[in-house]
Amino acid sequence: MRHLLSIEELDRDEIERILGSAAFFAEVADRPIKKVPSFRGRLVINLFYEASTRTRSSFELAAKRLSADVLNVVSTGSSVEKGESLRDTVATLSAYGPDAIVIRSPHAGAPRLIAGWTSAGVVNAGDGKHQHPTQALLDVYVLRRRLGELDGRSIWIVGDVLHSRVARSSSQAFKALGADVTFAGPPTLVPPELAALGCEVRHTLDDLGEADVVYALRLQNERMRESFLPSLAEYAAYYQINSRRLKARQLLMHPGPVNRGVELSGDVIDAPQSLITEQVRAGIVVRMAVLVEVLSGSHAGDPTLKRISTPEPQLA
Amino acid sequence: MNAPRETSAAGGSAGSPLFAVRAPLADLLLREAHVLDPRARLDEPLDILVRDGEIAELAPPGSLEPPIGGETIDSAGKHVFPGFFDPHVHLRIPGAEHKEDLETGTRAAAAGGYCAVVAMPNTNPVLDKPALLRGLIAQAGEQARVPVGFLASISVGLAGEQLTEMAQLREAGALGFTDDGRPVASAGLLRRALQYQRLCGGVLALHEEDPTLTGSGVMNEGPISAELGLAGIPAISESTMIARDAMIAAYEGGRVHFQHVSVERSIEALAAARGAGVRVSAEATPHHLLLTDADVRGLDTSFKMNPPLRSEGDRLALVEALRDGTIDCIATDHAPHARDEKAVPFEEAPMGTTGLETAFAALYTQLVLPGTLTLDCLIERLTAGAALFELPSPTVATGAPANLCLVDLEVRWRVGEAGYESRSANCCFAGRELHGRVLLTVARGQVAYRERSFALSPA
Repeated sequence: MRHLLSIEELDRDEIERILGSAAFFAEVADRPIKKVPSFRGRLVINLFYEASTRTRSSFELAAKRLSADVLNVVSTGSSVEKGESLRDTVATLSAYGPDAIVIRSPHAGAPRLIAGWTSAGVVNAGDGKHQHPTQALLDVYVLRRRLGELDGRSIWIVGDVLHSRVARSSSQAFKALGADVTFAGPPTLVPPELAALGCEVRHTLDDLGEADVVYALRLQNERMRESFLPSLAEYAAYYQINSRRLKARQLLMHPGPVNRGVELSGDVIDAPQSLITEQVRAGIVVRMAVLVEVLSGSHAGDPTLKRISTPEPQLA
Repeated sequence: MNAPRETSAAGGSAGSPLFAVRAPLADLLLREAHVLDPRARLDEPLDILVRDGEIAELAPPGSLEPPIGGETIDSAGKHVFPGFFDPHVHLRIPGAEHKEDLETGTRAAAAGGYCAVVAMPNTNPVLDKPALLRGLIAQAGEQARVPVGFLASISVGLAGEQLTEMAQLREAGALGFTDDGRPVASAGLLRRALQYQRLCGGVLALHEEDPTLTGSGVMNEGPISAELGLAGIPAISESTMIARDAMIAAYEGGRVHFQHVSVERSIEALAAARGAGVRVSAEATPHHLLLTDADVRGLDTSFKMNPPLRSEGDRLALVEALRDGTIDCIATDHAPHARDEKAVPFEEAPMGTTGLETAFAALYTQLVLPGTLTLDCLIERLTAGAALFELPSPTVATGAPANLCLVDLEVRWRVGEAGYESRSANCCFAGRELHGRVLLTVARGQVAYRERSFALSPA
């Protein structure tokens, strides 16, 4: 695999292969020495244009456990505000000869653009509201470990689907492994056109009991300013996942960070059916598996190839 | 250097509100060309003699003698159309000459078969003062290869708050007014502009969009925006404003033109206004007639424009409206942007595509060749823009100003392969193979464009 830009690009076999490799790294993680020497001397650059704690730190840990060198470049604000264009930044970082660039961007499609500008393998760590493929892979990894095959399982993704890259890419991954996905939330945040993703759209939690897995999304305060919601309190009254709504047999997931008391009540976060901490733990081994794929697929061995950048990927 | 003239003397067009350089008038015989001009009801091979800025003579094929000292072009098998008229282009001058200027923009127009274009005022500074307009007119007299008309802004600085000096701008040569690039969000301001129109005339060209419905949208709202996670611009953002403004125009007895109509609901609103006798007109762009939001899937910023590319249903409705005349004319909304400005993530990219050099060939290839639209209708709609401004439509008739283009419909070419005449390369049709190449454009009796390979092999 040259790059990981989107879940859509992976078929079921490729997903299975990554999950298998993650399971191997999970065994390594239980050993006293958690590192493998596979990618000693390789360079992974984390280029983050958005605040992120768990994704960035887990990519950093994943690269270090593969014995690669890691460079973190964190920038707030858009490339325009910063004054340097994304393209110039990538050209600068590419001069260091990275084997992989992990990119988090507020803009959809930024990872694909970058893939056209650098010879490094590119991993999408979240682009706008578009895709978050490593989150999707860790979500299916966690669920597979708990449930086995996902074929025919019902997964409800509840909350602000419209603004969620996690909902988009994780629903694709769940469906690729045979699950049925339902999006639920208020009509402003779960508009009917989301059915285009091949998921059922609901506006109440009346039938939440159908779900084997309830995946709650983070609700951001700014949605009220944009009139998507009248108040967090009203949202919580209709859509909060709490011990009243969640059945004991149902599993609970959340991409983090949680707004306690808004999309989730405190008691379910810490309930035994909550997989939230497992998701965080899985983040490291799944990202190790992804980096192995991309580092093995890149032209890292050939220093001449590394410095050839492809011009004008967008403006064909 | 000669003092710039208010009008080009070429073609005897004194008093015309279109401005271009003065160049030698062509003395040209187009021999055995197939002339197609729906207005003149011509669809037959003819000899055409261009002299003294006019179409001096139309005669049966092979009957005219070559002009002594002039040029004869064997045009057998090739078509002559009236020159196209584009009521909506962005020449980017003043303020963004790195994208385009009068010279490059009108060169692109001539290469597309256009004999006149109308430039939008959303420049920097905004064209909102008579003195600025006089300066641009003077510059057009030095640089424009084909005549250019100018629309001034409706509101000062496009801020949507205060009317420009509409009467003085008209006196200085403005063809009309527009806040293109932005809607006139305030119904009250639009009403005042329509009241003022009674004093000074001039069409009000409206970019229709409700900013509160558009929000932060960057593409058409629908299944594809949902898949991509991009904020959508709903169809009602445009159609509700068309309905609103048609009612205001009806109330004031005014004359409005709707720019770049893009959705089926707008066509319904437009048809209703026409049916009620409101003086409205409308344009559609080649990209909205030929492309859809499915083309945005790859997040290629060449496909980012405003209004955005819409659904296939909207596209089909637009084509039908163009065919039945609900949409009067084709406008390119030629909107050049520099390469590095477009080489950014989709959400950050500026909106717009170039279009002057590809309009005819793209529409001919994708609408006429498959039989969706007649060539007759396409030529009518490519030339109908002049009537919006109460200007004479380009026509191939004896004694008419010589505005025509010579086109080889058999030539196939790949867009962008040989570069562009425009300074910018952000063309949404880049890489496509198109049929039909403009070989020669005559505007006001002057040769404005000659295709390179054609120039090398004169008949």
